[in-house]
Order: sequence, then structure tokens, then C-alpha cells
Amino acid sequence: MSTQKHAHVAGIFEHPTRFAPDKSVPQLHAECAVGALRDAGLSLSDVDGYFCAGDAPGGGPLWMADYLNLKVRWLDGTEAGGCSYLAHIQHAAVAIAAGRCSIALITLAGKPRSSGMATGTMPQTAGSDRPEAPWTSTYRWSIAGIYGMCAQRHMHQYGTTLEQMAWVKVSASHHAQYNTRALLRKLLTIDDVMDSPVISDPIRRLDCCVITDGGGALVLTTPEIARSLSRPFVRVIGAGQTIYTNDGGYCDLTRTGAERSGAAAFREAGIMPSDIDYASIYDNFTIAVIMQLEDLGFCEKGRGGAFVADGNLISGVGKLPWNTDGGGLCNNHPMNRGGITKAIEAVRQLRGEAHPAVQVKNCRLALASGPGLVTGGGHAHASVIFERN
Amino acid sequence: MNPDKSTLTFEQDPLAIAYPESREFWVAAEMGNLLLKTCDECGRAHWYPRTLCPLCGSERTQWKVGSGTGTIYAFSRSRRMDPPCTLAYVTLSEGPMLMTHIVDARAEDLKIGQAVSVQFRPTAEGRAMPFFSTV
Ligand SMILES: [Zn+2]
Repeated sequence: MSTQKHAHVAGIFEHPTRFAPDKSVPQLHAECAVGALRDAGLSLSDVDGYFCAGDAPGGGPLWMADYLNLKVRWLDGTEAGGCSYLAHIQHAAVAIAAGRCSIALITLAGKPRSSGMATGTMPQTAGSDRPEAPWTSTYRWSIAGIYGMCAQRHMHQYGTTLEQMAWVKVSASHHAQYNTRALLRKLLTIDDVMDSPVISDPIRRLDCCVITDGGGALVLTTPEIARSLSRPFVRVIGAGQTIYTNDGGYCDLTRTGAERSGAAAFREAGIMPSDIDYASIYDNFTIAVIMQLEDLGFCEKGRGGAFVADGNLISGVGKLPWNTDGGGLCNNHPMNRGGITKAIEAVRQLRGEAHPAVQVKNCRLALASGPGLVTGGGHAHASVIFERN
Repeated sequence: MNPDKSTLTFEQDPLAIAYPESREFWVAAEMGNLLLKTCDECGRAHWYPRTLCPLCGSERTQWKVGSGTGTIYAFSRSRRMDPPCTLAYVTLSEGPMLMTHIVDARAEDLKIGQAVSVQFRPTAEGRAMPFFSTV
């Protein structure tokens, strides 16, 4: 069943905190839920579909649904790491189109910053029940180590440079300087990034995203209910999700699941990458943005480094305004999961609610896209295309 | 359970116990042999080892002794690890690539495509695991 035209984004909320030692994870989820419902002009009693991922207390949708005392008829606890919430948008759109729910709530929250989590550099020991664990856990692999190898391989195959990777961070900082809530507001230069210490070769500290507490929430609904609310019309016109597996040991580290999730979303929306006015692309590391831009079709494979150079991602300067909230690289990466903030900034742009300094004029089509988790060399991936009516 | 780690074997390792179908691999590893799951249907080796072939779906897979040789696909010096290590993917001569460490070489001396060969080292959990060094 197509998601097209049925699901409208009624409410969005990005938690303002970046450091919340005095709040529990359920409290943060609840504050995000209420925030997005208030934005929509709805309340908890209106919600009849609830979606969350592995960050939710208890690891599934039941515990937060109980905490919020939701009277739902549709539950979804799909765990696909940082892109879960983009997959949830597609699931919610399908459920709304099928009449299975009419007001869908998606929440994310967590507090890695106040719990002192060294997200990117610590050995990944979680998930010892995963089937690849006996073959990988010995090697103390880290997220930065995996993306370090992606970057090295991309540089080897396509001639991508460290300076081109630095452009991604510099572009994010150009946007973050206007975001009073961004964790990293300092306007960065190429030299700042190039001179930052190496974390896992060739990835430097400033190639990495920030670590923040917080969360976000989205409310999706039917066209009929959306018309009865006072928010601008933003609807889901295309979506896709996939897992890019390790392919039995034959995967290509320079490629991402964006090839499939992006193609599916563009096909359903009936548009081309060149039609996109604004793009939110998950930026856990600078190289991840370069690889996804290629795989989404914004440029030829291997040309992502050249594409991001010279400010091409900076709103008002380049051809593709991207992550205008400062993204995960500078603004916010709640619970190490960037999917929901990508969707939120895309909706802000379509509503005309982004910061005036970064607002894209006449923004009509926006993309939110990103990967989730690392599975034996692969990852999950999801993409959503929104349209303002 | 023997509290002395130096005498632990894979028989006590929770991850080896959780995957009884991989026992043959750990036994061979103790003797320095790298076993690869190879498919009777499509003839290809895969990694990580599974009971079905992820390349064609056949359940007719068997362990075969691999050459233990390959080339470096990618590597990254994890400078924040304690102790630091050189994480790598090695493309085995049989085809698939596996996660490992490159040992006995400085990261700055390594290159993508460089030839490497396996050496098994005991892990804290009791399993012997494949590590690679330059040849
Ligand atoms: Zn096969």
C-alpha cells in the first residue's frame, strides 16, 4: 500500500535540553510526546497509534504506552538504530492509509551525555546475542573505527580528501551558529577540522557528531484531521527502508542502504533528487554524508567529496541546503540516534519555521534520510520525502 | 568454571557455548587452522559462518580449511582504545572479508591491498581468534 498523500505531519518537537542529568529517560520521552502533541493542537487522549525504538524504556512500545496511558489500537517497536524514526514515519503512513490508526505518535529520548557514554570510541560490547558477536566482539570495534575504514576506503577508491570531509563539518557549523540550542555553535574553519586530533584513522574529532541528551517526537495524522488543525500542511509523499547487510562478507564499505531506501522514496514520490529543495542527511560522521549524497543520487558515485566542497551544503550559498539546524555534527544527536531530528528540521523548513538565516525560500520538497546501527559491516537505512501543500 | 583465565578454553566461553554449531571452528582454531563455511550448492565461502549459505540460501554448507591468507581491504588505528589497536577488514583469498586486527606492524606502514596471513591468538574469553600479520 502506498503511503502517498495520506499521512500528514501534524506536530513536531525537539527537546531543548542537551544535558539532562536531573531527568529520567521516560520523563524525556513524555516531554517530547506532549511537546509534539501541543504543537499539533492535540492531546495524549487523541493518540491511537504509538511508535518507538530500542531507546524506549523496556526496549519496546508497551512501557511508554503505559506511562503515557495511551489508548492505542496500533503499536510498533521496530528497532533499526538511528534511522528507526524515519522507518516509523513510513510505518505510520501505511497504518494511517490502511485506517489502522488516525493519530500516530513517534518518540525518541535518551541521555548518553549525562551518563558519560563515549559513544563512538568505546568497544561495542552491547548485543552479544547478535549472531555476528562471536566473530566481531574480540576485536574491540568502535563506531569510529568502522567509519574510519569507510573513509579510508572511500579515499582509496575515489580520491576523496580529508579537506572535503572537513567541508561537511564546516557547513554544519555555518548553520549551527544561528541555533541557540546547538551544542557546538562555534563557526569552524577547514583548518579547525583538519587540526583536530585523530580519533580513529583517518577520522578526526571534528569529523564526529556531538553526544547529547534529549529527544524528539512527531505526530502524523490523516488529511481530514490535518485540515481541522491549524498547522501548515506537510505530508509524506514517499518513503523507503532497507538493511544493507554484510552480504556474507562481500559488502562494499563505500556504499550505503541509501541506494535502496532513497530510490524507493523517490520512486514513490515521483520526483528526482534534483527536485529536492532541502535535505536532512544523517551526519554521525562527515564521511557518512558524502557516501549518502552519492547513494541518494545527488551526485555520481565517488563524486561526493567534490559535491560537498566550497560550501555547496550551506543554505543560501550552495546548491543543496542541508541540515540547517546544525545536524548531529554540531547541534544535537539525542541518544546517539539522528533520525528524528532529521525529520523535524525538514518539517521546519517546509513550514517556514527554520531560523531566518538558514530558511530555504519557497521550500516545497524536503528529504530526511539516514542509516542506523552497524551489523557486521552493514546497517539499516531509511528515507522519507515530505511535501508542503 | 576455572577462575584462572590462562587456562580457559572455548569450552567455557559464553559466546562459543551460545553457538554450538560453531564448535568445529574453535577446535580447529586451537590448532591454528582457519575454517570457512563453504556452500555445496554455489561453491562460495562466506563470513561470518552460518548454517545456511547467505549467498544462495542453501542449507548444504560445510567447514573447509581456508588458506589463512588474504589482503587488507581497509584498516583504522583505534587511537582511543586501551590499548590502541589496528582494526581491519581483510579480504580472504577464498573471497569473503572478515573483521580482524592487523598485528605485528605499525599502522603507518600498512597499505590497502597488502598481503597478510592469519595467526591465532587466545582471547580473554578462552576462544582462539584469527588475527593477521603482514607477509
Ligand atoms: Zn550458496
